[in-house]
Amino acid sequence: MTERLRVQDLSVHFRSERREVQVVHDLSFTLEAGRTLALVGESGSGKSVTSLALMGLLPPPPQSRTTGSALLEGRDGADLLGIPESRRRRLRGDRIAMIFQEPLTSLNPVHSVGAQLVEAIRSHRSVSRRAAWDRAEELLDEVGIPEPAARLASFPHELSGGMRQRVMIAIALALEPDVLIADEPTTALDVTVQAQILDLLRRVQERTGMAMLFITHDFGVVADIAHRTVVMYAGRMVEAGPTEDILRRPLMPYTSGLMASVPLLETAGTGRSELATIDGFVPDPAAPPAGCAFHPRCAHNRPGRCDVPPIAVEAPAPDRSIRCARWRELAEEVR
Amino acid sequence: MSETPMIRTVDLAQHFPIRKGLPGRPGAVVRAIDGVSIDIPRRQVVGLVGESGSGKSTFGRAVMALDPPTSGRVEFDGTDLSQLSRAALAPYRRRMQMVFQDPFSSLNPRMSVAETLGMPLRFREGGAGRSERRDRAAEMLEMVGLPRSYLDRFPHEFSGGQRQRIGIARALMTSPDFLMADEVVSALDVSVQAQVLNLFARLQREMELTMLFITHDLAVVGHVSDIVAVMYLGRIVEIAPTRALFSGPRHPYTEALLSAAPSPVPGGARKRIILEGDVPSPVNPPSGCPFRTRCPYAIAACAEDRPALAAVGPDHRSACIRTDLDLMPATGRRTEAALEGSPG
Repeated sequence: MTERLRVQDLSVHFRSERREVQVVHDLSFTLEAGRTLALVGESGSGKSVTSLALMGLLPPPPQSRTTGSALLEGRDGADLLGIPESRRRRLRGDRIAMIFQEPLTSLNPVHSVGAQLVEAIRSHRSVSRRAAWDRAEELLDEVGIPEPAARLASFPHELSGGMRQRVMIAIALALEPDVLIADEPTTALDVTVQAQILDLLRRVQERTGMAMLFITHDFGVVADIAHRTVVMYAGRMVEAGPTEDILRRPLMPYTSGLMASVPLLETAGTGRSELATIDGFVPDPAAPPAGCAFHPRCAHNRPGRCDVPPIAVEAPAPDRSIRCARWRELAEEVR
Repeated sequence: MSETPMIRTVDLAQHFPIRKGLPGRPGAVVRAIDGVSIDIPRRQVVGLVGESGSGKSTFGRAVMALDPPTSGRVEFDGTDLSQLSRAALAPYRRRMQMVFQDPFSSLNPRMSVAETLGMPLRFREGGAGRSERRDRAAEMLEMVGLPRSYLDRFPHEFSGGQRQRIGIARALMTSPDFLMADEVVSALDVSVQAQVLNLFARLQREMELTMLFITHDLAVVGHVSDIVAVMYLGRIVEIAPTRALFSGPRHPYTEALLSAAPSPVPGGARKRIILEGDVPSPVNPPSGCPFRTRCPYAIAACAEDRPALAAVGPDHRSACIRTDLDLMPATGRRTEAALEGSPG
């Protein structure tokens, strides 16, 4: 497998009222060509901050501080976290692109779709306006927008939510990036449109071989699109591995708890059984619990084991990682 | 004879004018809901599912008699609400309450929890006294799983899930018979969503509530509802007991919705129907069946008449002329995977 992006020990601190709060802790993962990695978690897990840090879109120091490395492989490879903003700006859009949950806030309301695509192309490539315009039409066609030539003249407000997200994807794909970061790109869309967009991303990936980092809270979407999954809690990786393995046999109580709390289509109408719940709340990042950040909410919490730092990351299988002091015994219990 | 349903809508329509017409030429109207007739039986939960623009929230508002309907009527416990004056409507309003998607924007940031919860009782006939309101508010807070000490706190001090509980507590203050919940868990994290869904299930059982539960999430609707109605372009296209609808959908739109919803259940091959395009404009809906422009099974006859909601099984009605279709159930993907895995 060809590596596209290797993230090592990524940490992000925010500064609030003269205090530094760490919101992402030593996160490491690798994105491979033609593969999708999902970052899964609830609000406050640090998944979106991770994507913004990689894109260099967090506020500059001292408001935020990012450490670690993110090595972009291939031609003019670089550490995204270690290069000056001017150089990062050249890579952003070209080698690494991003799409967001709400396309309307990412698109410029006063410029036509065509103008925004042409700008994206011409800011990185020295091609004529004419050639860029032709490429823009091609791109709209590729992302499944009907009558692409006519749509180039449309403004964002004239398009439906699904069409806007397609335009965002077209802009992100304009320069055939090696890495695409997708932050909840289908969360605001209807299910039938979500299915279209997931299908589109998959087809583009098959064709171009881009690596994708897919950020979501939805295990259904994870099952659908991701080859590998990293589950995050309170800014830390708590479990990682091949998606199918994690869905079949989650080892971390947080992962299994989250999965059990989702109602399933498969059991609809079979009586209103109680959904499993996770009591309590995500911890305040300014005052994280000692040891495992999940222990105050965990049904398997053992004082003296789970609330004592540090909880090491272990490898239950060659391609899996887990951060849980009791994973071994819990796995035995299940068996 | 069955008992009178708590809610019955008869040919309910809500049209909104969007452009003034010229003399002799009618203006454009959005047909947000267009002839909806359903019953919500007592102590049952009817789930209404549809995509954005389907008219499900407009239907919810019409049922609550918030907007006078363009035509048709809403009957509450056998009484036609559209015939009542504002004053005559008041006692009915207390018996029907609602909870919204965004609890933050539906709570007044300057009112304490006690004031917010007391509000529905203030304008009651005779008016409840301050201490009576406070006692009732404390009781309702405990009912929704929050401590009494929250009475003097303000909305900004709470998480999304807690705010939603406060919104539910407010709706319960008047001991309603009927509760309309519009996308109440859509903004919540999954672990919190589960807590709120369990809360609804418990309250419904304990207080014998009748509910209309509006959502775009099929798994959620399947979990909470006794009966599910599927809406498309302002019309009900299918309605059935939950199990029947999920295991044997009879309308192609229902099938498409079920197949498009991503499921975390791992299981080999899945057949997915990907609809093309978007929901058509409700200003200018297609002739005949509103779904025919996106339907994989459409035939020429689908453009002719608007299909009526017709019985296709016990308490199961569907508005599709293609009664010959064998559609894929929600569990079909699993069955398929199991079949592929077995050697014979």
